[in-house]
Amino acid sequence: MKRVLTAVLMVTLAASLFVSCGQGAAKGVEFIMNNGAEPQTLDPSKISGVPEHKIYMALFEGLVINDPKTSLAQPGVAESWTVSADGTMITFKLRKSTWSDGTPITAQTVVDSWHRTLHPDTGAEYAYMVNMVVKGAEEYNSGKAGKEAVAIKAVDDYTFQVELLGPLPYAVDMMSHYAFAILPMHAIAKFGDEWVKPGNIVSNGPFVLQEWKPQESLTVVANEKYWDAKTVKLDKVTFLPIDDNLTAYNKFKAGEIDWAHGVPLELIDEIKLRPDYQVAPQVGTYYYVFNVTRKPFDNVNVRKALAMALNMNDLVDKVTKGGQLATSSMVPAMAGYTPTKGNGYNPEEAKRLLAEAGFPGGVGFPKVTLLYNTSEAHKKIAEWAQENWKQILGIEVALLNQEWATYLDTRQTSHDFDFTRAGWVGDYLDPNTFLDMFLTGSGLNDGLYSNAQYDELVRRAGTMPAGAARMDVLRQAEDILITADQAVIPIYHYVEQDLIDLTKWDGWFANPLGSHHWKFIGPKK
Amino acid sequence: MSRFIVRRLLSIIPTLFIVVTLSFFLIRLAPGGPFSREKKLPPEVLQNIMRKYHMDEPLLNQYFRYIGDVLRFDLGPSFRNKDHSVNELIGKAFPVSLHLGSMALAVALFLGLSVGVISALNQNKWPDYSAMSVAVLGISIPLFVIGPLLMLLFALRLKWLPTSGWISSRAGWATVILPTMTLMFPYFAYIARLSRGSIIEVVRSDYIRTARAKGLKESVVIWKHVLKGALLPVVTYLGPAFSGIVVGSVVVEQIFVVPGIGRIFVQSALNRDYTVIMGDVIVYSIILMGANFLVDVLYSMLDPRIAYK
Repeated sequence: MKRVLTAVLMVTLAASLFVSCGQGAAKGVEFIMNNGAEPQTLDPSKISGVPEHKIYMALFEGLVINDPKTSLAQPGVAESWTVSADGTMITFKLRKSTWSDGTPITAQTVVDSWHRTLHPDTGAEYAYMVNMVVKGAEEYNSGKAGKEAVAIKAVDDYTFQVELLGPLPYAVDMMSHYAFAILPMHAIAKFGDEWVKPGNIVSNGPFVLQEWKPQESLTVVANEKYWDAKTVKLDKVTFLPIDDNLTAYNKFKAGEIDWAHGVPLELIDEIKLRPDYQVAPQVGTYYYVFNVTRKPFDNVNVRKALAMALNMNDLVDKVTKGGQLATSSMVPAMAGYTPTKGNGYNPEEAKRLLAEAGFPGGVGFPKVTLLYNTSEAHKKIAEWAQENWKQILGIEVALLNQEWATYLDTRQTSHDFDFTRAGWVGDYLDPNTFLDMFLTGSGLNDGLYSNAQYDELVRRAGTMPAGAARMDVLRQAEDILITADQAVIPIYHYVEQDLIDLTKWDGWFANPLGSHHWKFIGPKK
Repeated sequence: MSRFIVRRLLSIIPTLFIVVTLSFFLIRLAPGGPFSREKKLPPEVLQNIMRKYHMDEPLLNQYFRYIGDVLRFDLGPSFRNKDHSVNELIGKAFPVSLHLGSMALAVALFLGLSVGVISALNQNKWPDYSAMSVAVLGISIPLFVIGPLLMLLFALRLKWLPTSGWISSRAGWATVILPTMTLMFPYFAYIARLSRGSIIEVVRSDYIRTARAKGLKESVVIWKHVLKGALLPVVTYLGPAFSGIVVGSVVVEQIFVVPGIGRIFVQSALNRDYTVIMGDVIVYSIILMGANFLVDVLYSMLDPRIAYK
């Protein structure tokens, strides 16, 4: 037995120590990125996350794509579009393009694709984006009506028309989202749910799937049939699913990857000095939500006092340190929109308001608990706030952390919290994406905020055409939500943190939605 | 003996059934679900998804449906990895964990025995002290410290090895070295201490004195007589060690991005990916029970004093 054991040992040992560089040289330009997680699916109807979106942008193209600098719509499969005078009807002119197997893409393909995403049996999470803008979509998606209710049609082979729920100025920009993807219906009909597997998958983006090794890597190569193949500069892109930012950072430093999305926050002091560290404002807000139905947070003066006791500039300089933008408004600045001023740092006024609420110097203030999801970063911020509230207002705040899914359940379903950390990243470039969630009864209104005047303003904006008047109404709504009612404490606007050497790579630009379209990225000449 | 084996094998079935049943209901007690999102899904969308996965049905129906599927060796679809079934996910990941675990155990056994022999034969001299110090370190330092330290030294400082990945990646077989070294460390340390102890005990026994008195060469005494006797505790340790090393590679797989079953286990628990958690629990249970079963059988074969009735 010993001999057998020894033999097995020696063979395994030899095998394990055998170092090989066994692989051929890659042809052309190859780019490797850490995508942060294993993609849940490649099926655009079923996608729901950022890593999947990055792969989607390589494999698929909708009617429009995000401009690499502004994130606004630019032509994709649609070469142009017109909006009717009342703003509710959009007519897209499609270019003559094909799938990677040569099958043509027509207006009917678009109609069938959107129908599939909306079909109740598909179970598409982001169907709600379509429901938000397209007339009749929600009726079909919720099973109350047939697909004929959806107000989309193929006027001819290359003209596609969609009727909106109102004059929604952000609708076309939204359509770069994968919820509005164009799908290879012929491949889906042939392979069913297996259509996304390598060998079956057909795509229309700048790249096609070459290989997918779950939990290990996913590789795409340039699509010769892509209508704009001449613009594509990379021959091959590999996506790695590393969820630990420290491991990814080490790989980046070792030169094993070209782009790491996200950085290890514990090393931010070291990383922010690197020339290849890219930080760009994101359309997103980090904030604390009050449960306004609970004492003492049913009192607006208490809410304001807590907000005004925090110096967010101090926080971003000394605690988060990653270039985040301190704020007192819920909505980040956007083209045409100036956010509300909010109630900035004012410790004296904070003390006065707390006294007015019946708690002078914090005396008699009940014990409240701040909830956050377990993470070192959230903990540091919560401890900083806790310390400031104690110093300035003399109140004790307890901290409670919960694991992600538990925290979401507490925040969204049971609403069993005093106040809680939350984050929101806009789905499209319009203040509405930050404001409509605070409507009375909205499923996203975790703090159970309710103000009839606010509801009226947000709803009114939904019926108004694009322009300064609409933005002004939205601004008035935000004034109520933040400056007057302080339903939440806005803390900072998120930044996108990436590691990529821009002296080596071209076509990668910081942009508000953080969507870096693959066809523009290539080696610097 | 054969009756014992059959009986032991049959007892695995009800145990597995109890494990599956308990896990099925316990994981559903955890707050949140597979479709918890920061941007909470609207009710009509959530309803479509729940219907798709039969999660709108009463829990007992779901349970019987699941048991029926498991009996047909179908572990169901993953809620998270929507393009893969649980069978596919585990089918791809398990061989990787098995590979990593076997290598780590092989290296741990080889190094552990070597160090154990050297220590025992030099008892209370410097080779013994230094080897046992390393062993104490190996047992007491957690893997999540050893792993990054090795990565820092060999991948980032010396640049001899890739930081992470697996065999089929660009860096090829070089990727296995760091995770293997990390994973084997505590097992190596334990085997070294175990074998040292048992060799010291065996060396002092009567039959070794007899062997020496016969005038046998020292190498023959050690290899043929001492090791054979001293190996017994090590062999019995191999069963639990094997299941432990395959099941316990969770941390190492996370650190070195090894596409094994441990990574899937952690992710599925955090994502409330019920079917994948269940699949993992079933695989882990089978490994643990299988390893215990093998140890019982080996034990009775190696040591005739142990008999099963």
